[in-house]
This record gives sequence, C-alpha cells and structure tokens, in this order.
Amino acid sequence: MSALGTYAGGADGAPPPTAASIPAGTLPITAPRQVWRQFRYWCTFSRRTWKGTVVSAFVGPLLYLLALGVGLGKLVSAGSALPGGVNYVSFVAPGVLAATAMQAAFNESTYLVFGSFKWFGNYIVAAYTPQRPQDIMLGHAALALVRITCIEAVFFGFMGVFGTLHSPLAVLALPAAALTAAAFVLPLMALTVTLESESGMSTMMRFVATPLFLFSGTFFPWQQLPGWAHPVVYATPLWHGVELCRSLTLGTATWGGSLVHVGYLVGLAALGYGVGRITYRRRLCS
Amino acid sequence: MHDTSETAAPKTLPDPGPGPAAEPPPAAPEPDRPPPAEVLISARGLAKQFPKRGAEPFVAVAGIDFDVRRGEVFGFLGPNGAGKSTTMRMICCVSPATSGSLSLFGLDPARHGPRIRSRLGVVPQEDKLDYEMQVRDNLHVYGRYFGLPRSVIRERTERLLEFVHLADRATDKVEPLSGGMRRRLSIARSLINEPEILILDEPTTGLDPQARHVVWDRLYRLKQQGVTIILTTHYMDEAEQLCDRLVVMDKGRIAADGSPRSLIDRYCTREVLELRFPLGEQDEAARKLKGVAERIESLPDRVLLYADDGDAALDSVRGLGLDPVTALVRRSTLEDVFLTLTGRTLVD
Repeated sequence: MSALGTYAGGADGAPPPTAASIPAGTLPITAPRQVWRQFRYWCTFSRRTWKGTVVSAFVGPLLYLLALGVGLGKLVSAGSALPGGVNYVSFVAPGVLAATAMQAAFNESTYLVFGSFKWFGNYIVAAYTPQRPQDIMLGHAALALVRITCIEAVFFGFMGVFGTLHSPLAVLALPAAALTAAAFVLPLMALTVTLESESGMSTMMRFVATPLFLFSGTFFPWQQLPGWAHPVVYATPLWHGVELCRSLTLGTATWGGSLVHVGYLVGLAALGYGVGRITYRRRLCS
Repeated sequence: MHDTSETAAPKTLPDPGPGPAAEPPPAAPEPDRPPPAEVLISARGLAKQFPKRGAEPFVAVAGIDFDVRRGEVFGFLGPNGAGKSTTMRMICCVSPATSGSLSLFGLDPARHGPRIRSRLGVVPQEDKLDYEMQVRDNLHVYGRYFGLPRSVIRERTERLLEFVHLADRATDKVEPLSGGMRRRLSIARSLINEPEILILDEPTTGLDPQARHVVWDRLYRLKQQGVTIILTTHYMDEAEQLCDRLVVMDKGRIAADGSPRSLIDRYCTREVLELRFPLGEQDEAARKLKGVAERIESLPDRVLLYADDGDAALDSVRGLGLDPVTALVRRSTLEDVFLTLTGRTLVD
C-alpha cells in the first residue's frame, strides 16, 4: 500500500472515487466563498508579521498625536483661526485618521500585490485553483481592509484619550476611515497589478501619496490654499475622507456633505474594483 | 456547482494491480484493454497569439490537435519556445485560446474555468511555494482554495507529505529545503484536491540526477494509481521514462505524435553509432562516411550514424580506414527523433 493510501482508488485496486465526489468535501463554488478562501490565505500569510503591525499600529499614532497635538498644537491653538474654533489636536486628529488610512492602503496594496505575482507567486498559484482573478483581488483587499481598520481602531482609541471626539457621531468616523481606505486599496491594487517593475510603486508613493497627504486639508484648513487650488482639492479622494472624518468627530456633519463624500469614496472604490477585475484578469489569465 | 450530470460516465481506470511492483516505464499501451478510456482533454485547432505593439502578433501555439484519455501519461516535448508552456496554461484554464477549441471533462474552459480547475492539480515550472511558511501550511493554504474541510486537509497533508518523503520536514520552513525537496512539496501540494488530471510543467528542470529519479519514481507511482498526468519536458529520457504518448512540438506546431517507441520506430533507426574524431578531422571523415548508414548527422562535436545494426556500421567505418577517437553504439532515443524532425538538437 503506498503512502498515498486512498488516493485515486489506491494501489490496492479499490474502486476509484466517482468524479462527483472529487474533490471530496468541496462546497459549491460561489463568489463569497471564493473571496473568503483568499481572505483565509492572507490570514495565514499575516500570522508571521502581525506582531510588527501591532507595534507600529500603537506607536505610530501615539507619536503623531503627541507631536502634533501637544507640541505643535500648543503653538497653533494659541492664536487659533481654525474653523469652529476647536483646538488644533481636535482639528488634526481626524485628518491624520483619514491620512493614516491612505498611507496604510499604500502599504497594503503596492509591494504585497507586486510580490504576489512577481516574487512569491501566490497569485499565480491561486489562479490554478478554482479561484478567479476577481476572487483573488477581493480576498486580498478584504484582508488589507481588516488590517487597516484594526490600525485605525487603535488610533481612534487614542483620539478618545486625547479628547478629540466632540460628538456622538464620532463613532462613525471609524467606518468612514475604513471607507477612505477602500477608496485607495482597490484602485491601487488594480494599478499595481499592471506594473512590470518595482519603480512604479515608489513613483506612486512620491507623486500621489505624499502630495495628497500634505494638501488634502490634513494638517491645515484647505481654505487657506489659493482659490484656484480648491477645485483640485475637491477632486482628491483624501480630501473627501478627511472632511468626512472631521465633520463626524467635530459634530459638524451635514446630510448633504456627508452623502457627497461617501458617494465619492464608494464610487472610487467601485471604480477600482471594476478596473481591477480587468487588470487582474489580464495579469493572471491571459 | 458540482452537478453530477457531466461526471456520471463510468470511469475505466486501468487496474493498477496489487502494489507498486509493476514493470518499469515506459509502459506500452495494453493492446487487450477493453474499450478505450474516456477522452478527458480534447483540442482541435488550438491556437494562441500574443499581441505585440506595432508588430505582427506573436504566435505561441499555431493550431494543434490532441486528445488525452483517462489514465494516460501524456507528454509535450520540445525545446524552449516551442509553445509547450503556453499550451499548458491553456489546459490549466488560465489562458484563453485565441482560436480553435479545447474541452476538459467535456467542459469549456472559457465558461467553466473554476469547475474544471477544481479537478486539476498543477505543478508550475517554478515551484512558487510560500517560502516563509511551514511545509505543512503550504498544503493547508492550498487545500482551502478548493474548499476542503480542515479535517480533510489535515489528513491528506499527512499522507501526501509521507508520499513525497517530506513527513519529517512538516513543521520546517520551505526556505532551507533543497530544489528536489521543493519540487516534491510542489507535487504534494498539487495533489491536495485529489485531482483527476495532474499537470506538470517541466517537473525535473534544474534538479540533479538523483532528485530527478525520485520525482520520476513518485510520478510513476501516481500513474500506477490511475492518475492522468500531463507533463512538458525538454528531456528526452524523461519523456521515454514516463510518457505513454507524446507530441513533439516545434515552433508552436506538433511535429509528430505517438508513443515514445513508435516515434523512434517511425523517425529513427534502431541504433545510433556516435563517433568522435580528432579536432579538425571531423568534416573530412563525415564526407568519407557517406553511404555507411541510412542517415548521417554531423553535429559540432560528433557524427551520428543512424543504422539498425550499429556494430555492423562501426565495422564498415573501420573498413574505410577511419579511426574515430571514440565510438559508441547506443539505442536510439527521442533526442534522435527530435533531431530528425527538426534538424536541431534539444540544447537550450
């Protein structure tokens, strides 16, 4: 008897299993199950890196809030011309919440995606299984969003500690930050999977992430930018994320404004998914 | 969905007999086998082109026909760039055909890719294992893609790691494993869903001879158990060792097909006489050799004489007053077939 035992009927001439029973225990192939399976892959993958993630999730935001809130904030709040007259730390914290979502989205959707088809090959291997390109994309994106939401939850906790949550609506700032992350994760994944070399990713960081980080009203009111720049600001996704989060934590949210922001972010995420279905298929099934 | 309609046909697996003490490969097709096994893969006029910017599209596969039956070991043989890997990718349903038709299990890859792939096992050319994960986890994550329950995955992982002689490395990381071990792990992983067809793209490329023989032995055992195996190779001895039937591919086309033995019979003589001459004397010698054998092939480093009786041919060579540095009479191989068909050796 071979080590393979019952494999394909075994070496002892036992009747082979019927095709219907192969692969045994397989549930019908449905999209949610497929995405879940890809998600599980990334859970196993993350097991070896989660400790580092936890440390940076705690230390990063704490340093940010201390530096900006306690340090810079003292300076700024003194002659505060901030909208609503809030102190600087209350102003900047929701901005950093949204900006952190974007930064984490860049971390999750560039090198890991590129590596998945160029270096580790786990995308390539998954494509040989019942996984479809869109399952691979969504399963990976789902784990990225879970990880980002965890980081954001820690940051959100610190925001509470620093007294920056001024409204019961503030609890919605966390899902808003997750939505902001989704609006970056999906389009970035769709784009990264088309890259042939690593250099494209550092270009994206330098020319997309950094300007957005600085000029989306994260650290100072966007109204201070010259008038011609305002339409540009309105068009950027991070601005919508920042405005949404800030209006929720400060309690200044309006139905109309919030719906515009949510609509924009949902639309961008959906666009990213739509493009990703095509680019993932081109990369993995061509 | 796994409805049973397309799988209801009874399988006619060859009876592997009691245990692995069977004859060594290559296995000749059994003439007294009752009706031929069902066709699992069928390709007609299968072609694949890749668009090229500002140029004619690159033709990787230029319209090929083949059938693979249940229980067969079917080989695609050819040099690099012959279109083998592209054909493999089409069979794996990860590359749609440009034209022609392909069906697996009677299903169309374009419409039923996931369903077909759930019944395939694939060993890609580069192993593409998760190096940082444990050996065991490599099988676990893969098994989940097929929706297998944890208990099933556990049980199969144990069995499969034993099968590929890696049971004692189950909790090690993949990183320190040798090339041969990685390839075996890759084979174990591809079997986690108990595939009906196992597809291997150059399963022994880059392995040392000993590791290669271990892989052959495992594949041969799977064949004994009735698994249908498709492999690509550019090694003639591998094709001879493992394949029941094969196609020789060259420049995207099938140059010849048949069993290893029948190809050798059709395109070659029974024996080959290999002669080496001192540097600079080969061309002169080759000229004199004309007529000694059915066919003479002059390679950069040696002259091949195709003859049914190699020793007799060697006698005639000596009779001409030629004195080769070395003379070797050997059985002809698929390498010779390839040379006959394409005029080129299989060297990369």
